Amino acid sequence: MTIIKKLLVLILILTVLWIDIPKNTKIFNRTINSLANLDIKLGLDLKGGSHLVFEANVKNIKPVDLEESLEATRDLIERRVNFFGVSEPSVQTIKSGANYKIVVDLPGITNVQDAIDRIGKTAQLSFKEEISIDKPATSSAFLAFSSNAVLTGKDVKKAEVSFDSTSGKPQVALNFSSDGAKKFADITKKNIGKRVGIFIDQTILTAPVVQQEIADGNAVITGDFTTKAAKELAQDINGGALPIPIKLVEQKNVGPSLGAEEISKSIFAGIVGLSAVLIFMVLYYGKMGLISDLSLLIYGFLALAIFKIFSVVLTLSGVAGFLLSIGMAVDSNILIFERIKEELRKKKEMGIAIKLGFGRAIDAIKDANFTTLIVAFILFNPLNWGFLPQFGLVRGFALTLIIGVTTSLFTGVFITKRLINIFYKQK
Amino acid sequence: MINFLKYKFIYLAISLFVIFVGLFFILRFGLPISIDFVGGSNISYLLSKSPDKNQITQLINKSGLKYDRVDINKNVLDLKTESLSEKQENTLRKKIKAEIGGKVDLLLFESVGPSVGKEAINKTIIASILGVIAILIYIGIAFKGFNFAFSAILALFHDMLVLVSVYSVVSYYFHAEIDTLFITAALTTMSFSVHDTIVIFDKIREYIKEQGKQNIRESTNKALTETMVRSLNNSMTIVFMLLALILFGGSTIKFFIIALLIGTITGTYSSPFVAAPILVWLENRKKK
Repeated sequence: MTIIKKLLVLILILTVLWIDIPKNTKIFNRTINSLANLDIKLGLDLKGGSHLVFEANVKNIKPVDLEESLEATRDLIERRVNFFGVSEPSVQTIKSGANYKIVVDLPGITNVQDAIDRIGKTAQLSFKEEISIDKPATSSAFLAFSSNAVLTGKDVKKAEVSFDSTSGKPQVALNFSSDGAKKFADITKKNIGKRVGIFIDQTILTAPVVQQEIADGNAVITGDFTTKAAKELAQDINGGALPIPIKLVEQKNVGPSLGAEEISKSIFAGIVGLSAVLIFMVLYYGKMGLISDLSLLIYGFLALAIFKIFSVVLTLSGVAGFLLSIGMAVDSNILIFERIKEELRKKKEMGIAIKLGFGRAIDAIKDANFTTLIVAFILFNPLNWGFLPQFGLVRGFALTLIIGVTTSLFTGVFITKRLINIFYKQK
Repeated sequence: MINFLKYKFIYLAISLFVIFVGLFFILRFGLPISIDFVGGSNISYLLSKSPDKNQITQLINKSGLKYDRVDINKNVLDLKTESLSEKQENTLRKKIKAEIGGKVDLLLFESVGPSVGKEAINKTIIASILGVIAILIYIGIAFKGFNFAFSAILALFHDMLVLVSVYSVVSYYFHAEIDTLFITAALTTMSFSVHDTIVIFDKIREYIKEQGKQNIRESTNKALTETMVRSLNNSMTIVFMLLALILFGGSTIKFFIIALLIGTITGTYSSPFVAAPILVWLENRKKK
């Protein structure tokens, strides 16, 4: 092996280790952070949080607009979810038959009811003109508004919280789009002395009397708001109504304590299992077992680095898939060693036996791993086809399996070969 | 060389026995399907003291709630009930608190509508069928013979049957359920089974290349003798990993790992004892 190849392997291993080290590791009193500050992302089950599934009611949506409306709904929900400051929320649309679903994963959120309320909210702002009807004599405070909105949330460019300059009370300031400003000027001009109703969904919020024409495209909604309520209202108006009505059909609530306990147990179990495998290999294959152990460790670190780089969200089934792929990674080595032993039994020289053994094992390794990869790809459903699994459990498992098998092909064959060359050439 | 093929009827008897026992359990006791598929609520509470099972069942009966299972494991109370809303769960928790006293903490509350499950199953079945077809084509081309492909797929079906059979016995004695994780385990078994079979077939392919298909019986016996150690060692490493996870791992994935263990064992067993005899049988039939 040339010096350059050795250096390349060394650089690869060092880079992998650099990526793998956890945050704020202290070595010789110096704090070292991982390359590019990468972090392992934990899924819903390990971090705790909420898993919500909404069904979209697409009955009244034209087929032409369907895709666009679904995307808009998804984006809006994501915006509302981001309001919580959730890290790594995932909002996904799913099609199954004629049904459309939107899956919302909120790691770290345990107050589900609040989340459901906010996601499902349909904050449709509308301005309606007062109409004159025959007032019942008994009620002096009776107001009637046209059922047609003259101005809607779509005409609002921006809504934000402001404070009344005299009373200091929170209010929501609206900034209309140029089109909206024109409409608003028109409405205020037409209705001087009359009331204009401001509605959120079908509920009246306030109905101020118009004093004069407002042409600058700005308006404020005053009312008995707390700062928080005003902020939420502004947020909702900005968000607008969901283009497609949704209904909650599934909700899952995972306590983080359960996840933390599960993960620490599984990590411990993984270490025990891995140690057993390492010891077994040394006991059975001696020096070669040691080589395979080394390449197995490199495999582990490499896979971890790949998880970090591609920000794979690790779930419980994903961890299980990864641990299983460690077992499968050993297989390539066992296959190679058995073949080498076979050649040695035929009284071949060590160097030749290694070469022949590798050559013969490679066919079996290739075919066996390819079939696993094919199945894993179908399960992972990379093109997100509607007729294949789209739920995270199966896909997470498949993804770690794909990464595991691919990485093990590299370490089990390439790295093991290098290591054998190093160990046996020095003799 | 060991004449493995001589005992093919013993292998057949073993496989049939396992599958028949499983079928008996399934027909007699049924397979408990998780709420992933039928819809309902899974609730786990952590209590400050161990509750009495009778007390809990009576309380739930009085509330008029349908339930499927009440499990008590020291201070943890696991319930499987009909689909509950958040409010209903809250009421139930309050009632339990009033009855048992102390603290009652919610560990887990899951509710799933049945439609979700049906769709997931259908999609997974479609994916599996596609997977089987892909494997069939791949092996058929890579081994230049569809007898190889058919025997590998038959061994795969054998493994699926054994997995469901043994799991049904486990589920009867330990309350394991068929859930989405089980589906994942079945899919893993699928790819592992083929993975393992291919290694043996690769060896047979090598002998056929050397000696032609004239004496497929002898080639197969030779291949089995030489791959036996590798097969055992390979499964051993996976079994170590899985056993460690069963013994020390978290309880959520316990039955998942058990299913994987069953799959690993039957996947290893079926390669030399199901796939290889079928391959020899198919090849010999072709000759006649």
